[in-house]
Amino acid sequence: MTSTATVSQAVAGVSGTRTPISVASPRKSVSKLLANIVLVIVGACFLLPLSWLILGSLDTGATYQTQIPQAFSLDNYVAVLSPELTFIPLLNSLLLSTGAAVVTVIAALLAAYPLSRYQSRFNKPFMYGVLFGTSLPITAIMVPVYSLFVQLNLLDSLPGTIFFLASSSLPMAIWMTKNFMDSVPISLEEAAWMDGASSMRALRSVVIPLMRPGIAVVGIFVFLQAWGNFFVPFILLLSPDKQPAAVSIYSFFGQYGAIAYGQLAAFSVLYSIPVIVLYVIVSRGIGGSFALAGSVKG
Amino acid sequence: MTTETVSPVSMAPRRRGKEPNGSRPLRGWGTQLVRKIPLIPAIALMAVFLLGPIIWSFYGSLTNAALTGPHAVNVDFIGLDNYRKLFADPTFPLSVGLTVIFVLGSAVISQTVLGLGLALIMEKANKFLSGLVGTIVVTAWVLPEIVAAFVSYAYFSKDGTLNQLLAGIGIPAINWLYTYPMVAVCLANVWRGTAFSMLIYQAALNDVPPEITEAAKIDGAGGLKRLRYVTIPMIKRTINTTLMLVTLSTLSVFTLIYVMTSGGPGNLSTTLPILAYKEAFKFSDIGYGTAIATVMLLVGAVFSIVYIRALRPEKD
Repeated sequence: MTSTATVSQAVAGVSGTRTPISVASPRKSVSKLLANIVLVIVGACFLLPLSWLILGSLDTGATYQTQIPQAFSLDNYVAVLSPELTFIPLLNSLLLSTGAAVVTVIAALLAAYPLSRYQSRFNKPFMYGVLFGTSLPITAIMVPVYSLFVQLNLLDSLPGTIFFLASSSLPMAIWMTKNFMDSVPISLEEAAWMDGASSMRALRSVVIPLMRPGIAVVGIFVFLQAWGNFFVPFILLLSPDKQPAAVSIYSFFGQYGAIAYGQLAAFSVLYSIPVIVLYVIVSRGIGGSFALAGSVKG
Repeated sequence: MTTETVSPVSMAPRRRGKEPNGSRPLRGWGTQLVRKIPLIPAIALMAVFLLGPIIWSFYGSLTNAALTGPHAVNVDFIGLDNYRKLFADPTFPLSVGLTVIFVLGSAVISQTVLGLGLALIMEKANKFLSGLVGTIVVTAWVLPEIVAAFVSYAYFSKDGTLNQLLAGIGIPAINWLYTYPMVAVCLANVWRGTAFSMLIYQAALNDVPPEITEAAKIDGAGGLKRLRYVTIPMIKRTINTTLMLVTLSTLSVFTLIYVMTSGGPGNLSTTLPILAYKEAFKFSDIGYGTAIATVMLLVGAVFSIVYIRALRPEKD
C-alpha cells in the first residue's frame, strides 16, 4: 500500500545520504550497471503482458500476440461502449462498490469510537477477533455464504451482495479506522464534552472532521476491493442486469473472447481505469505516511 | 513509511501515557454497555455475514445439501460422510498438493525472492529506472483480478505472446495452459503479486540505517555477506509477517486460476478453492463442497493464528 512515488523518493533519499560517507570502490559502477541491466530485463518481463492489453485495445485486428497495430483506432472502444455491454455493468460495479464503501465506513467509524476512546476488558479480545477475521480466506466461505443467501432469500439481490462485501472488508476497515482514530488527540474532544456534547456528537463534529483523510483511505480501500472482486458477485448475483463489470466481462470473454480480442482488451482497460486513478489518488494525494500509519496489510 | 508498515499491527495503544482512556473514568456496568452501542452495526454485520457462514460451514459439511434434485429441499444430516468421501477421493490429495505447489512456488519462493531482489536492486540502480520499473510492477498488482487473469491467459495461450517470443529464438510453440498449467498459473501469480512484497521490502530496507551496512563494508564484508549477515537479519520480522500475509492471500486465489485453466486439463491445476467451487456448483454437491471449504477454513485459521502470534511479541 505504498506509492511508487513515495518509495522511489525514499530510496533516493537514502542513497542521497549514503553517497557522501560511502567508501569509494572501483566495483561500484560495475554493480550499478549490473543492477540497471537486471532491472531493465525484469521491467520488460512485467511490461510485456500489459502492453498486449494496451496495444490490443487500439488494434481492430488484435490477436493474442503482442503487435504494433497496423493502424491505431478507437473502434474497439466504440464497439463496447453500449449500454448493455459497458454502461449497465459499470453502473452496477459503481453501486456495489460505493454501497459497500459507505456501509463499511459508517459501521467501522461507529465501532472504532468506543474501541479507541474507552478502556474495556472487551477491547483486546475483540480486536484479536477482528484481526483473525482480516486474515481468513474469503474464498473459503463462499460456498457456505451461498447456502446462507439461499436460506435468507438474498440470492441475486444487490443490497444483500453489498452487505456481504461490506462485512468481508469490515475487519480490515475497523483496524485501519481505529488506528487513525487513535492518532486524533483527545483534548479537542474533551472540550466538546465540557460543553455538553454527547459522545456521538463529539464523534460527528470533532473526530470525523479531523480524520477525513483516514476515512477517505478506508473508503477507497473498500471501494477498490469491491470493484475488483469477481468471485463474490459471480456466486451471489445471477441475473445479467445486476451483474457488475467483473462478471459481465467474464461472460463477454466466454461468448466472444475467442474472436473479439481487441474489444475484450478495450473493455478491460475501461474497467481498470477507475482503479488506477483511485490508486494514484491514494498513493500521491492523501496517502503518504499518514495512510500507512493506519493501513494494516494491503 | 515507518516501522508501522513493517510491523503493521500494534495490539496495544501506541501512546500508553497519553491514552485518551484515562480522561473518562470507568463507570458501572450500565455505562459500559451503553458505550458499546455503536459497536452493534459492525458486530451484527460480521456475525451474520462472516461468523454465520463459518458456523454454517461446519454444519453444512455434515449434510447432503445439494444445488438441485431431492436433496436441495430435504437436507439430511449425514455425519462425517462428506469427510470420509473427501479423504477417499484421489482428487483431494492432488488438489492439496497443487495448492501447496501454488503457494510455495508462486508466493513463498518467487514473490519473496523477486520482491526482495527488486527492492535491493532498486536501491542501487538508476533512480529514474527504478521508479519506472516500480510503476510497471505495481500496475500489474493494481489491475482488477479478472483483467490480470485475461492478460495472463492471452500471454500464455497457444497463439500468445510467450510463444511468439519463443518462436523468435527458434523454440517451437508450447501449449502452456494445457501442457504446463501449474507453471503458467504460478508465473501469472508472480507477475500479479510481486508488487506487494516489493513495496513492503522497499519500506523495510529504507528503515535499515545506512551506517550499519557502511560499517560492515568498512570491515570488509562483501555485498553478499552484508546482505546475509546485516540486511536480512535486520528485516527478518518483516520477512516473516509478509510471508504469512502472502501465504494467506495466495491460499484463496480463485479468479486467476479459474479464468486461465478452470482447474484443467482434467484436475491438473485444481487447487482447493477451485475444487470447492467445482464440487459445490458444477457438480451441485453443496455439502461436499462445504466440507472442502471447511478444510480450507481450518488451514487458513492455523495460518492466521501463527500470523497473529508472530506479530505480538514486540509490542505487547
